[in-house]
Amino acid sequence: MKFRIFTIASILMVILSLGLAACGPQEEATEAVVEETEEEVVEEAPTCENYVLVPKNLGNPYFDTGNVGAQEAAGELGITVLYQGSATADATEQITLLNSLIAQNVCGLAISANDADALVPTGQAAMDAGIAVVTWDSAIAPAGRDIHINQAELAGIAQIQLDMASRLAGEDGGQIAILSATSTAPNQNAWIAAMEEMLASEEAYANLELVETVYGDDDDTKSYNEAQSLFTKYPDLEVIIAPTTVGIAASARAVTDADLIGQVFVTGLGTPNQMREYVKNGSSPEFALWNPADLAYLAVYTTHALATGEITAEAGQTFTAGRLGEYTVQDDPELGLNVLLGLPFVYNADNIDDFDW
Amino acid sequence: MTDQETSIGKQVPRQKLNLLELFSRFREVGIIVFIAILVVAVSLRAPSFLTINNLTDILMNISIMIIVAMAQTMVILTGGIDLSVSSVIGLVAMMVGFTLSANSGIPDIAAVLLGIALGAVLGTFNGLIITVGKVPPIIATLGTLSIYRGLVFFYSQGTWINAFELPQSVKLLSKGKPLGVPNLIIIALLIAALTFIFLKFTRVGRNIYAVGSNADAAEFAGIRPQRIKLLVYVLSGLISGLAGVLWLSRFESAQTNSALGFELQTVTAAVVGGVSTSGGVGTIPGVLLGALLLGIIQNSLTLIQISPFWQLAAQGLLIIIAVVSDKLISKRIVRSK
Repeated sequence: MKFRIFTIASILMVILSLGLAACGPQEEATEAVVEETEEEVVEEAPTCENYVLVPKNLGNPYFDTGNVGAQEAAGELGITVLYQGSATADATEQITLLNSLIAQNVCGLAISANDADALVPTGQAAMDAGIAVVTWDSAIAPAGRDIHINQAELAGIAQIQLDMASRLAGEDGGQIAILSATSTAPNQNAWIAAMEEMLASEEAYANLELVETVYGDDDDTKSYNEAQSLFTKYPDLEVIIAPTTVGIAASARAVTDADLIGQVFVTGLGTPNQMREYVKNGSSPEFALWNPADLAYLAVYTTHALATGEITAEAGQTFTAGRLGEYTVQDDPELGLNVLLGLPFVYNADNIDDFDW
Repeated sequence: MTDQETSIGKQVPRQKLNLLELFSRFREVGIIVFIAILVVAVSLRAPSFLTINNLTDILMNISIMIIVAMAQTMVILTGGIDLSVSSVIGLVAMMVGFTLSANSGIPDIAAVLLGIALGAVLGTFNGLIITVGKVPPIIATLGTLSIYRGLVFFYSQGTWINAFELPQSVKLLSKGKPLGVPNLIIIALLIAALTFIFLKFTRVGRNIYAVGSNADAAEFAGIRPQRIKLLVYVLSGLISGLAGVLWLSRFESAQTNSALGFELQTVTAAVVGGVSTSGGVGTIPGVLLGALLLGIIQNSLTLIQISPFWQLAAQGLLIIIAVVSDKLISKRIVRSK
């Protein structure tokens, strides 16, 4: 019996090692780089060279595009930026990863947070260890990081989505619905709250009626099913706003499959490659997004400026971020210290073929 | 009038006997009753539930689940389990997606065959670990669940296949409706029918039950249990490979997390449908009902405006209520006999 358990255990280990081998090369490469740079850190030089860009999860084109911008910034600054994340967008996994990065004593972290509050202690531990902590895309609460790179002002993102919805619904307006990611995603909830407030207060949106907000959990299948049930529940629905890249593509596909092109329009935040088909078939004539490559580019510049002491984590500090120009650290009662990237960009049939990501 | 004679002999009124016979013949009656109650309750609260569109949506949404649940059922009937099905779907969808995107003009049938072949290879690997390596199925497929998903990341380097990269004809494989009903639904029912016939009327099919009920006894009867076990994992991979191509077609994309967690849905459909996890017991009509129940629950929770914060818990609760009521009803039947 003992022998059998041993056999099973050894076979299992073979399987596991195969599994690791499958995703091996990347990890090995990054470890090697970390070791190299650690030796240099010993010299206590003010120039800091190894940084890590942490996405919400791996295998998400949005973050992968961000990494392209981050690497561009890394090349310009002469630093190393590793791209490390967990397989699923999960706060616990992210904490585990961050702890191991803190232990490796990197110079700076640029994180897209899976949870604003859960990551605060980890962020504090990193700052205590002398690591520059910047968040981008999705923030850690102000206590857990130095500076957040804000992709666009809350109001700007909410407004551009309502403007698109308003255009798509036509002059008479009509029913609109929101299809979000998870019900706990901090950025999603902030945008939704801002949209609700604008719908209630601004004259321009008075003819839009928000009937429901549903959650697709950034899962393609679930988002698709949620979109389907929106048409079923609200036969007069005019526009679905999906402020998430997974949700918007799934919704546009659901509209296409249900033969509702021209009756229900999908808009929100998406990426060009994902939405190309649906912009062209008319299910989603326009959508918006900042350029994630620019966002991560700015995040790397900010992290580097912090780590090298070019700026400190205080409002009013200014620095230059390569091709994007000059930025100022702002203070905001809710967001805390932040740097604002700029206005989101609207993609439509006229310009979508200029982009490939 | 033999009917009347038996009923007099057993001292049971004729009508009741017929009802009991019906009950005992279809063990799935518990689920049918539960589905009926659920349908009535939901349509009272949300009239849009019973529209053709919504019912088609439900069937479309459970079609791939039905297909893979057929594979899962055959595996569970032998007393095993295949947790790697979701990763097989993800890997096949990704590899076929990349192939289609890189080479235009590949005929659809070639894409389907490629998917099936890839799935069969992955399934054979599972089967060999279990039969030759003597690893318990839950551990072996838990391992390959990770390996195959890891290969998705490795192969795709994190990129996705998007809608515009796929030929229209591939999308129509699942969505086209030359027969008035979307192809995917027809394919699912066809595979269910084939599995039903295979399990019920072929020798190999009956042997699957025999191995699951008692492998030693089956061996005495001249069946080779290891061969049957290898076969079900190969079939499971093969069917999941087909499901991978259909997934690509239906969702017009291959994402790194495509079908993540789907394995548990197929196990749930089988178990709710009355398949015993210890093997040897279970029917295809039961599994179809199990899948239908899951589909209705998922669809209706949104329609009747259950808060998204509660949906997952409500889904689990309904599944447990369904299984318990099924057990209670079948116990009643046995007792009243």
